[in-house]
Amino acid sequence: MRLFKIQNNVLPGFGPTMAYTLFYLCLIVLIPLSALIFKSAGMTFHDFWGTVTAPRVLASYKVTFGMALLAALVNALFGTLVAWVLARYHFFGRKIVDALVDLPFALPTAVAGITLATIYSGNGWIGRYLEPRGIKVANTPLGILVAMTFIGLPFVVRTVQPVVEEIDSAIEEAAACLGANRWQTFRLVILPMLLPSLLTGFALSFARAVGEYGSVIFIAGNMPMVSEITPLLIITKLEQYDYKGATALALVMLLASFTLLFVINLLQRWSRRFAD
Amino acid sequence: MADHSLSRGARTEPRWVRWILTTVALLFLALFLVVPLAAVFSQALDKGVAVYFAALHETDALSSIRLTLLTALVAVPLNLVFGVVAAWAIAKFSFPGKSFLITLIDLPFSVSPVVSGLIYVLIFGLQGWLGPWLTEHGVKILFAVPGIILATIFVTFPFVARELIPLMEAQGKDEEEAALVLGATGLQTFFRVTFPNIRWGIIYGVILCNARAMGEFGAVSVVSGHIRGSTNTIPLQVEILYNEYNYAAAFAVASLLALLAVVTLIVKSVVEWKLKQA
Repeated sequence: MRLFKIQNNVLPGFGPTMAYTLFYLCLIVLIPLSALIFKSAGMTFHDFWGTVTAPRVLASYKVTFGMALLAALVNALFGTLVAWVLARYHFFGRKIVDALVDLPFALPTAVAGITLATIYSGNGWIGRYLEPRGIKVANTPLGILVAMTFIGLPFVVRTVQPVVEEIDSAIEEAAACLGANRWQTFRLVILPMLLPSLLTGFALSFARAVGEYGSVIFIAGNMPMVSEITPLLIITKLEQYDYKGATALALVMLLASFTLLFVINLLQRWSRRFAD
Repeated sequence: MADHSLSRGARTEPRWVRWILTTVALLFLALFLVVPLAAVFSQALDKGVAVYFAALHETDALSSIRLTLLTALVAVPLNLVFGVVAAWAIAKFSFPGKSFLITLIDLPFSVSPVVSGLIYVLIFGLQGWLGPWLTEHGVKILFAVPGIILATIFVTFPFVARELIPLMEAQGKDEEEAALVLGATGLQTFFRVTFPNIRWGIIYGVILCNARAMGEFGAVSVVSGHIRGSTNTIPLQVEILYNEYNYAAAFAVASLLALLAVVTLIVKSVVEWKLKQA
């Protein structure tokens, strides 16, 4: 059936464009990524397992995935709020605020990293008010949370905002007619409609934070066992010429990314079904 | 402004709730976005305008700017051509495995930047697949400019394609079919019919691709070798200056990238407005 459809298409160029697409995809993405898998296949399972479950490595997973999860939760909460406010309310400067939400996508991570480290340090713009109250952000896991929240901020806003904009007003009116108050309408009618996109944004934000390097390392302090993230550990191993160790850790990170990608794909399919 | 109609009353919250929600949202954005952005420029100009411009005129800074421009100048056009070609094949034709192919194209976005750099070390490094052969023939890829460009191509790979595929799918192929029936050749159809329809999408993809290409840090950091004045891009130069406690210079160089980010956001907003009009 499908093959028949291709032949029936009068547009030219499917053969060469598809060939070039696959060629470039293999050259730039698939062959390099497979290098990682082949290289780690050269290790014995014992070596591999020993490397990826060493205490310092386990501590790095804890701080990386733990802080990424917290950051994604913060972003899920505030991202939904921002999406709601941007989609529903009119206030002065709304267009500028809307454009500004994408700043973490556009600002290079190293710039974000040194800036956050500076403003949250003991004499920085924000740090100077926090440290006298006993809240240390720079050089602690809390700093990692701040950086990961920054980097993941646009995801929830950008997945939820279009869904809020497209909610059919008749649905909310029906809820109001049936006697629901505004909070009930939000909790029982609107929130379930937002849930698939909210979860997608949450997962995207989590995935981004797990792999993040540039914005985190400057503010983290990078103390082994306490505030050292897994991507940094990969770099440390590379600098010590421990290629096998770096490859093993990278494979763990890659498997985590693939799992997340799979979950995100399922979530997106779910939200698209909701939209139809 | 009392809410008279049912539709307004049913679709919005009391004024005080609106006010609180807006304030909390804006405070959150101010704390996480406005303060950092203002801090970049404030720190950059902290020691005065003279120090700022001196930091930008420094030899290593200039060479990092040149390398960053070169990298973007190679990586962006290559990914642009790929993006257009892939979007044509994927959006205008139906074939089995289409969504899997789109997932593969998106793959670089979900890989940690550090891992993206590492895979090139595994191929071109001394212990890598091609390392021994390259050393024998005196070709330097890793810890040299080609490695930096390759890693940048990898991390910016999906940008143009993922912008164009949904856009071209939504536009369908009626106009192209009409052009072909009227006797246009394939290339004429593309340049006279398809291209005008997707040019804002192309600009959108290119500007995002360029911002990432110029700003990429993790992947480039792994493959660059950090040789001052030769394999440092702007973000790497920022890192070196910052780690040397030369904050004024670090933020001066960083402010170039922050400016790029601001320009990117402005162009992006304009293009989004144009796309909505179309």
